[in-house]
Order: sequence, then structure tokens, then C-alpha cells
Amino acid sequence: MNPSSSPIAEDPFERRKTGIGVRMTLLYSLVYVGFVVVSVFRPQWMAARAVLGLNLAVTYGLGLIVLAIVLAMLYNQLCRAPRRSGAEGGRQ
Amino acid sequence: MTVVVFLLFVALVLAVSRYTSRRAQGVGGYFVANSSIPWGVNGIAFAGGYLSVASFLGICGLIAFFGYDGFLYSIGFLAGWIVALFVIAEPMKRRGTFTFSDALNRTFSHPGIQLAAGLSVLVVSLFYLVPQMVGAGVLVEPLLGIPHYWGVLIVGSVVILIVAGGGMTSTTYVQFFNGGLLLLVAAVLTGAVLLRGIDLEQLPPEEGGAGLPKYEYRVLPAQIEGHSVTVDLPGVRLVDRHAVLDRNTGEEQTVLYRLSHLVPAQAAGGGGYSAEIKGRTARFNGRSGPGWTVEDIDGRSYVRIEDWWRWEGGTSSHLAETQARTLRPDGVVLMNGAPDGPENRIRQMGGISTLPEAYGRQTGSVGPLRLLSVFADRDTVVAVPRNTSFTTSGGERVTVHYEQALAGSTFMRPGLMFPLEARTGEPALTTLLNRLNFISLMLALFLGTSALPHILIRYYTVPSAEAARKSTIVAIAGIGLFYVLTMYLGVGSLAAGALNPETSNMSAPLLARSFGEVLFAVTSGIAFTTVLATVSGLIMAASGAVAHDLMTNLVKREVSDTAKVRAGRIVAVVVGLVGIVLGIAFRDMNVSFLVGWAFAVAASANLPSLLSMLFWKRTTAQGIIASILVGIGSSVGLILLSPDMWVRYGFDPATAPMPINQPGIISIPLSFAVLVVVSMATQNRGRTTAGTAPGAA
Repeated sequence: MNPSSSPIAEDPFERRKTGIGVRMTLLYSLVYVGFVVVSVFRPQWMAARAVLGLNLAVTYGLGLIVLAIVLAMLYNQLCRAPRRSGAEGGRQ
Repeated sequence: MTVVVFLLFVALVLAVSRYTSRRAQGVGGYFVANSSIPWGVNGIAFAGGYLSVASFLGICGLIAFFGYDGFLYSIGFLAGWIVALFVIAEPMKRRGTFTFSDALNRTFSHPGIQLAAGLSVLVVSLFYLVPQMVGAGVLVEPLLGIPHYWGVLIVGSVVILIVAGGGMTSTTYVQFFNGGLLLLVAAVLTGAVLLRGIDLEQLPPEEGGAGLPKYEYRVLPAQIEGHSVTVDLPGVRLVDRHAVLDRNTGEEQTVLYRLSHLVPAQAAGGGGYSAEIKGRTARFNGRSGPGWTVEDIDGRSYVRIEDWWRWEGGTSSHLAETQARTLRPDGVVLMNGAPDGPENRIRQMGGISTLPEAYGRQTGSVGPLRLLSVFADRDTVVAVPRNTSFTTSGGERVTVHYEQALAGSTFMRPGLMFPLEARTGEPALTTLLNRLNFISLMLALFLGTSALPHILIRYYTVPSAEAARKSTIVAIAGIGLFYVLTMYLGVGSLAAGALNPETSNMSAPLLARSFGEVLFAVTSGIAFTTVLATVSGLIMAASGAVAHDLMTNLVKREVSDTAKVRAGRIVAVVVGLVGIVLGIAFRDMNVSFLVGWAFAVAASANLPSLLSMLFWKRTTAQGIIASILVGIGSSVGLILLSPDMWVRYGFDPATAPMPINQPGIISIPLSFAVLVVVSMATQNRGRTTAGTAPGAA
């Protein structure tokens, strides 16, 4: 049961997935940092009307949650794409 | 009925646990459910384990009391999942078998790593366990009318049964069951809030169905000149005055006047009297007692009581009625000036006082976006409960609850709980520290999620890396949806005026009660199973860490699988018992901010090693060990030195060695820095590098 006795499962697409994942994390971090910066340094902007009658605070906040869900789904699509083109091996 | 539904939910959880425990045989079955959980189930179980009472009761309460600032927790709690999905999930699954320290150990193969990682899992689990246990006690006290420690004891024992009996399999299905129910009840409550809309004319009664009509707090015209007050109350006398000062300017922010006045009373049996105090019946035994006396005027009986009235200061010519709990030096407790008793309890406070002109007095059913825009309107005025505690010259400990009026546009933007804007007369350093504290919290929430031990172990209950990824996506969707709904539960409880000024944690159950007893009982039952689900996950993680990581290294010989499972079960019982003791010891700690600390400790201890293992080839085992130990030490140390803890020790928070409460902004970078420095210094000591991660930069 020593876990280090079995090799790490190979995944030929790990490099590609890691690249996508890191980029998406950076993208989301930027939007999140923007939110924190506006909250800290310009909180009065957050009361301004943004879209559909909602203020900026609610729009940005709900936007962050929706963006997380959208990026997650998109990531899954991108991770699945290479397998369709024939590669099946390398899965646990 | 609440008791019956409570017991029903606990019985259901135990049934789920018992039914599934048969599959928990052997070491793989006990620790990782044989890695055979379908990804959909695992995803919802992620949600059920992650959404703790802090998310359900804590955030709803914070939104109801502090508006948008409560929602900031929702945003931070969800954002952390992005790191978990994109960076941690699949590599963790591919590198580990039982625990995340496996993954570290496999890459570096150094006994110290498993020891340090196991220790960190144990510390973070305990940190996270305390608020959950406290939350359980907070919940049962008002709902079942039993003492706080009973709630902690019930949770502790049920969870020990689940984990020691059925291991990870039972834990998973209990969390799955809870995650599903939690989403369902949040959706139902949100639907009900939207259908009801906002109605200023007809607020739902307190305590549901045919309960007490919502109390209208009086606002009386008054002449106020310095220390003298003239107000139209029968037999009024000014007894005392207490001013709340602005911390920065020293000006009187709000002034509380203690007025003695008469309330009509009726003779009750046994020589006692009863009187209506704020719409509730208070009982007075005899002709006089601590803080009150009965007077007869023109053949009618009155009871003379003392209560507190609030003057907003400035040019205001009104006194507003408040609620007060007074603990006298002789140990007698008065509620609103009358003896505390089952019929004279605190009343609900809060609500909306003005709607924008376009709506008049009611909105009717509204859409989800419309409701939020009505709340954020600058013409909307909300009244939120606030309190102040002080000791009078007579040695009485008084807590006064009053309503503060706020424009909707202020309520629905950051700033009420986290003072981010510089206020008049505030020293620049205070503003800076307030901002750093906020940034530090948001950083810990973002980086903490993916490093929480009860989240990390769930990557090993699914069969493949792909399933780990998919279940994380299900978790993000479910948890994201839930956090959107928390906004509606929060503002919904304020709109219903269903806030208990003594505890914000009760907002969600009280909102449910405003729709009737059935929904109230079900919501409370689910809140309780939420504690069970989260605590099971934490104890499971701790059990794995001790039995798998620590024991293997400390015993120094091959441990058989049966012995490992037996050790796992024993650890589950021990950690459960420790949790019970801590839950009782820390009973008055605030649930949400304790959870914030657990995130900071997790992010500081675990995240630097996880990220560097994946992305930095020059990482060494020594670097990892140092980073984990420094991460735990610095974050826990800074918490122990923080102003909030200083208050717990009974010191002046301003003298705390650490000026901010949230350690993340210091301890997370420190842990990263230690990892880099130690790794660089130990490059040539026969290291095994992290180069196994393809794509590592």
C-alpha cells in the first residue's frame, strides 16, 4: 500500500491542461484583484448603477460567481477536446 | 414539531451512513471509499462538505445585518475553487492515493514531508472543527431549548458514529445527501422570498403562522437639552444617560437615555402582576422586585420599569425605542426592564422602512434582479439591528439593541462591516490597517479553499483524474448557485423583518419561520445536518492524516492494513472527543470569523508546497517541510497575537502586538519565501526535485 511504489499515471495532455489551467487562473485572479482594488480604494464606485438596474457591487460580485462557473465549464470542454482526436491512452 | 423534524433528519443521516458503511471495508474502503464514488455524487458531496454552517447561517446573517459585506464572504469562498479546479485537482489525483501528503511524498520521497503534511492537516482540521461545533450549539439552543453543550455533544457523537463506523464512504454519502438538501432548501426559500416581494403594510408575524404580529418600535417626539429630556411617557423620570463615542473624533455618536416610566399592569394569580412589554406578556412576582415596583394610581395598577431610549444626536428631536438585556450585579436578568422569562423574550428587529416612490408601500412578486435593484436604490431605507454593550455606574451589564436606518445604496455596497473608506478624523494608519485586514481576508479565502484538508481528500474518492476534474466542476456550479441564493436569503430575512438582534446566525431559520412552521423545522434540520456533514469530512481528514501519514512515520515499521483502519477509527473517536471539548470551551466565538482563520492557516501551511511541487523544479524536500512548519507557526502565532484574541484574553485590543486580525497577508508570502530560500540553500543535498510535473515552468 506504499503509494510511491506505483508510477504517476501518465497523461499526455497534462502539459496542455496545465497551460490552460494556469492561464484561466491568472485571468480569474485579475478580475478578482480588480474587485478587491475597487472595494478598497473606490468603494463609492460600487454604489453606481451598472446593468439591468443593479449597482456595480452586485453586478461585479454576481459576475465573479458566474464567471467561475463559465470558466469551469469551458475548461472541461477544452480538456476533453484532444481525446476526441484519437488519443485514448494515459488515463487511470 | 421542530424537535421531531430534527430527530428525523439525524435519523436519516444515520440511516444513510449505516446503509453505505457496508461498502467501507479494507483500508481503501475506509480512507477513500475504494476510489469508486461517481463524479456527480462526489461533486455534490464536495458542496455538502464545503458549505458549512458558516456559509448557510453565517453568511445569510451577515448579509441581513451588514448587507453587501456579508456577500464578500460568498465571493471569496467560491473564488478559491478556481485555484482548486485549474491548478490542484488533477495533478493531486494523479500523484496521490490516500492523502495529499502522498502526493508530496511521492514527488520528494522524504519521511519528514509526510510528518509535516500530516501535522498541518491535523492543525487545520481542528481549527475548522471548532466553529462547526460552536455553530451546532448555537443552533440547538434556541431551536430545541436545550443547552449549548448538548448541541455539541449530539453532533460529536453522531459524527463519531458516521466516521468510525463507515469511514469515507459514509461520509461521502452523508455529504451528498446534505449538499442536495441544502441547495433545495435555499432554492425553495429564495422562490418564496421573490413571490412574497416586499410589503411594508403587512409584515409576516413573528414565530410563524398565527404568531405574534411584528412589533412596531415607537419613535416619540422629545425635547432634548444636554442631560435633560422631556418626553410623553406616563410618570417618566430620567435615570441614566450613556453616550456611545465616535472612536476617531470622540464626539457623541448616539446617546442612550435610561427612562423610568409606568406601564399598565393587571393583577395575576398569587399576588403577582402581569404587564404587556413590547407586545409580550411579562410576569412580576409580588409588589416589587429588582429593577421594578408596582404603583397604584386612581385605583389602577401600574408597574414602574426602566428601559433605554435612543437619541440619534445632532438636531434629532425624537427618542426611539430600543431593546435591552440587563445583567444586574445580583445575578438577576431583566429583558426590556421586566423579569426575563419564557414569555418575555427578545423581539425581532429590522426591516425596510421606505421603498422608492415608484413602488409605494409594496412591490408584489418580483424577479430576482428587480429585488436586488430595489434594495440597492438610494431611496430605499432599511433598518438594521445594531447593539452596544456597557456597564452602568451601578455595575449592571447592559446590552442595548437598536435599529439603524441606512440608505439602500449604502447597504448594498462594501463598507458596513469592513470600514474601507477613511472617515473623518481617522488616523491614516487606521485606514491603512483596515484596508490591509480586508485584503488579507480576501487573499486567504482565495488561496485557502484548495488547501483545505477535507477538500483535498475528496480527490481520492473518485476513480480517475478526469473524474476529479468533473466533480470539481459540479462542486463549483452547485456552490456558486448556493452563494447566489445566500444573497436572497440575507435580504429576504431583512425584508421580512425576521432578525433576532442577539444573533445574526438565526436569520435564515427565522426567514423560513416567516413562511410557516414546516419550512422552519425543515430548514433548521438541514442546518443541523450541514454541521454533521462538514464535521464528518474534517474528522475523516484528520483520521487519515494521523493513521496514514503520522503513524507510518512514527511507528517506523510496516503497518498492516487492518491496523491502519483500526487506528483510523480510534483517531476519529479521539478527534471527535477533542472537537466536543473545544466546541464547548469556545462557545461564544463568532462562527464566520473563526472559519476565516482556518482558511488563512490552510493557505499558509499547504498552498506554497502544493504549488511549488507542481510548478517549480528546484523545490526540495527541506523547502517543503520548512514552508509547512513556518506556515502553520506564523499563521497560528499571528492569530494568537491579534486584536480579536487580545479581547478574548481580556486585554485592550489596541495593545495587541499584531495590528490586524487576518494573518494571511503576512503568513502566506512568508511561507512562500521560506520555501524558496530553503530550497535554494539545499539544492545539493541529494534532493529529489519536483521535475515530474510536465509543463512545469
